[in-house]
Amino acid sequence: MRMRALGVATLATLAFAATACGSSPSAAPAAGPQSGQPSASASAPAAGGGTLVIWADPLRVKPLQPFAQQFGTENGVTVEVKEISKDNQMTFLTASQQGSGPDIMIGAHDWIGNLVQNGAIDPVTLTEEQKASFSDKAIQAVTFNGQIYGAPYALENIALIRNTDLAPDAPATIEDMIAKGKELKAAGKVKEVLCLPVGQKGDAFHVYPIFASGGGALFGTTATGDPDPKQVLLGSADSVKAFGKLKELGEKGDGALRTSLTNENYIVNFAGGKCAYLVSGPWAISEVKKGGVKYDISPVPAFKDGKPATPFVGVQSFFVASKGKNKALAQEFVANYVTNKDVAKALYDADPRPPALTAALEEVKAGDPDAAKFLDAGKDGLPMPAIPEMAAIWEPFGIAENAVVKGGDAAKAAAAAQKAIDGSLKN
Amino acid sequence: MALDVRQAAPAHARQRPRREITTAFVVSRIAVLAVAAAILLYAAPPLAATGSWVALGLLCAVSAGIAYLYLTRRFIPAKYLIPGTVFLVAFQVFPVVYTLTTAFTNFGDGHRGDKAAAITAIETGSVRQAPGSPEYTLSAALRGDELVFLLVDPATKRVSLGAADGLTPLAGAQVGVTGKVLSAPGLTVLKAPEAAARGPEITALAVPTADGVIKANGLSRAVEGKAGLRYDAACDCVRGDGGTWTADESQGYFVNAKGEHLAQGWQVNVGLDNFARVLTNPTISGYFAGVLGWNLVFALASVLGCFALGMGVALALHHPRMRGTKVYRIVLILPYAMPAFAMLLVWRDLFNRDFGLINQLLGAEIDWLGQTGTARLGVILVNIWLGFPYMFLVTTGALQAIPRELTEAASIDGATPFKAFRRVTLPLLLVALTPLLISAFAFNFNNYNAIALTTDGGPFPADSPQVGGTDLLITYTFRLAFGAGGAQFGFAAAISVFIFAIVAVISAVAFRRTRKQEEVYA
Repeated sequence: MRMRALGVATLATLAFAATACGSSPSAAPAAGPQSGQPSASASAPAAGGGTLVIWADPLRVKPLQPFAQQFGTENGVTVEVKEISKDNQMTFLTASQQGSGPDIMIGAHDWIGNLVQNGAIDPVTLTEEQKASFSDKAIQAVTFNGQIYGAPYALENIALIRNTDLAPDAPATIEDMIAKGKELKAAGKVKEVLCLPVGQKGDAFHVYPIFASGGGALFGTTATGDPDPKQVLLGSADSVKAFGKLKELGEKGDGALRTSLTNENYIVNFAGGKCAYLVSGPWAISEVKKGGVKYDISPVPAFKDGKPATPFVGVQSFFVASKGKNKALAQEFVANYVTNKDVAKALYDADPRPPALTAALEEVKAGDPDAAKFLDAGKDGLPMPAIPEMAAIWEPFGIAENAVVKGGDAAKAAAAAQKAIDGSLKN
Repeated sequence: MALDVRQAAPAHARQRPRREITTAFVVSRIAVLAVAAAILLYAAPPLAATGSWVALGLLCAVSAGIAYLYLTRRFIPAKYLIPGTVFLVAFQVFPVVYTLTTAFTNFGDGHRGDKAAAITAIETGSVRQAPGSPEYTLSAALRGDELVFLLVDPATKRVSLGAADGLTPLAGAQVGVTGKVLSAPGLTVLKAPEAAARGPEITALAVPTADGVIKANGLSRAVEGKAGLRYDAACDCVRGDGGTWTADESQGYFVNAKGEHLAQGWQVNVGLDNFARVLTNPTISGYFAGVLGWNLVFALASVLGCFALGMGVALALHHPRMRGTKVYRIVLILPYAMPAFAMLLVWRDLFNRDFGLINQLLGAEIDWLGQTGTARLGVILVNIWLGFPYMFLVTTGALQAIPRELTEAASIDGATPFKAFRRVTLPLLLVALTPLLISAFAFNFNNYNAIALTTDGGPFPADSPQVGGTDLLITYTFRLAFGAGGAQFGFAAAISVFIFAIVAVISAVAFRRTRKQEEVYA
């Protein structure tokens, strides 16, 4: 009996193994057996073209769907748009590495440095004509090491949004803005001078224009004009001065920057009429409208006699995954298909960030003046450095900001940030 | 002799009463075998496709073993042990071994893949469009079985045929309005779906030219490009216009004479480097003692606070004269029933200085999470609030198991209620609950969420932006491993090994003490 059982077991295993191994060659070329994401659309027999997989964040899945379908029909392939909602960059890198990543990824241009050092994306070749159809800023942002690594579709940057009932005129300088804000606060019309998120860890992204206007800088530049990770300037004399200016605006000074204003409450406060000025981006607009506040958008002002208040500019882009299974199609989609106006407009309708495509922007402007105003606010902006070393900047910068806003010593805070960054970059 | 044994065996078997075959028996057998077969069928094709023969062999062997075990009538205890063992190996042993092995590598951003992948990425990334070269409109076609490119120069409208052996002019082709070739003599022009189906071939085809190659850029365009960097196996280096970068297997980078490296690296074994870094890095070793101290305080205060509060409430509700216990129990269990993630974020906002409810209720202006002392108090309070219902539940359960006669006897003997609790109830409770207290300690020692979602380690002193007042070892090292330098999995794994060692030592000591205590009271 024992022998019989053993025999049956062996036979069964052999049978499993045989079917398993036998099925693998036929399964392999179709969609890639490791994709591990069985779905109804993938299993539907496409006209031999296989599947093109696109990963997008939740906001962009729906608007992309019709274009993906159309592209699929034209090329006889199945196009899947999958929603990735958390840690998109890390998820993409891990999945790519493991062989179950998408063919096309959608993300912000400042990922490029990290994606390139991990060999996760390929350059995208755009024709001269295509390049000319985008705003210069967008092309500049997606260019890394002299190569274009993504097809840009939307720009985003912060601007000054003001409550026009409380502050009818756009302030010319930071000093004007603070004076007006303080006046309104003294009159009891607002609770806060300025709604700009700081929080317990600082917020480098939102405070950067003011920091830059105060003369502060993050990196030196290389010969080619790119940010140079070997020269971190956060602890330089100019940056110390800029931190000093932030201190003057902080809790022990004008009270305009406050650690209790956080990313969770700063827009709500503005929408509730508790402050006259808000420093935020296009994502704030829907909430501001909901609050029924009359608003206008202008560039973040600079200090009187200060440098320009340049915000960071982020560019949302399509990337071609190096380890995609269908690169020719992915390149076709990214370089030749999504660079058209209709796609840019559809994405804009889903999430109103100014399109990178000049033609699309012109159309959008007509119906929505906000887009043009945001774009104008970012026209001198600094494309967020895409070098991987930027990751080392955010937190120490934020903490130094928090420290000076609380009234800490600017020189000490800047030196500590510089030291922390140099330490982690091994400069 | 052998004959005797063979004859004896069936006789022996006949004597044993045959077990009845019940439905449950058959169903459980089928279920186990089906799951094993399903796993085998699911996992075998990818393993075979990637040529992982060792893994495939192991998989087949394990499946065969399982099939044998559940088809035979022998090895009854093993039938119960095997599922647990398989899960133990899959979910405990494997992750631990994987973490340990990762700790010896530089796996992380910039070093995710192998060297071949890095070389491919370096070469692909260095391809530049040849200056002044046309941007061809591409149509894919078949010459016999061979895939070729039909390239139309948009400026001159001249058509060329590109194949693996080079570019040749092509006459007689008919070009459509989009610039694509519609038909060509002796060639089958592929329609879009047909071309899409041959995507990988189109990507692979490189048409050599005088100083570069023409490659497809999608399905409808092709450009002439030139790789700026090229790998040379002879010197194990990458050469290009900018110089020469030689492979450095100790770092997993191509490094030039100036010590600069190319962006793309690969994963290498770095030996004990990660462990050495934990021990020698001044930003880690300099703050380690302080962070560990607070970490112990946090874990102890959380566990003891939760236990004291939970037990106090349980004792109060256990009193025979207590009325409405059901309502109280439901209310008390609420913090436990609500998702901790959301509650932690809510608490963070409650502590906000200017907009938080706590200051509004107190009429105070305390920057709760902005000062080390109050922030520490705050996170401990929040953690106790989240954790005490659990202690309340288990204490309630344990109290039911203690006979009331014992406390009654104690009071007859003249003990005050407090004495009875101190000398009778508490020791008996502790016998049952100490293992839970130890596991709660281990959990809170590494309670990442409680800190990350409330203070995120803050407040940070101005002069040390890397370690905050409420940072636990786990939040602090998470920031080191995943914050500044991108993801550094190898380093993170080394840190986890250290944290594991600390928690294991503390738990082992605690368990040893418990055993002594059990010997006294049990």
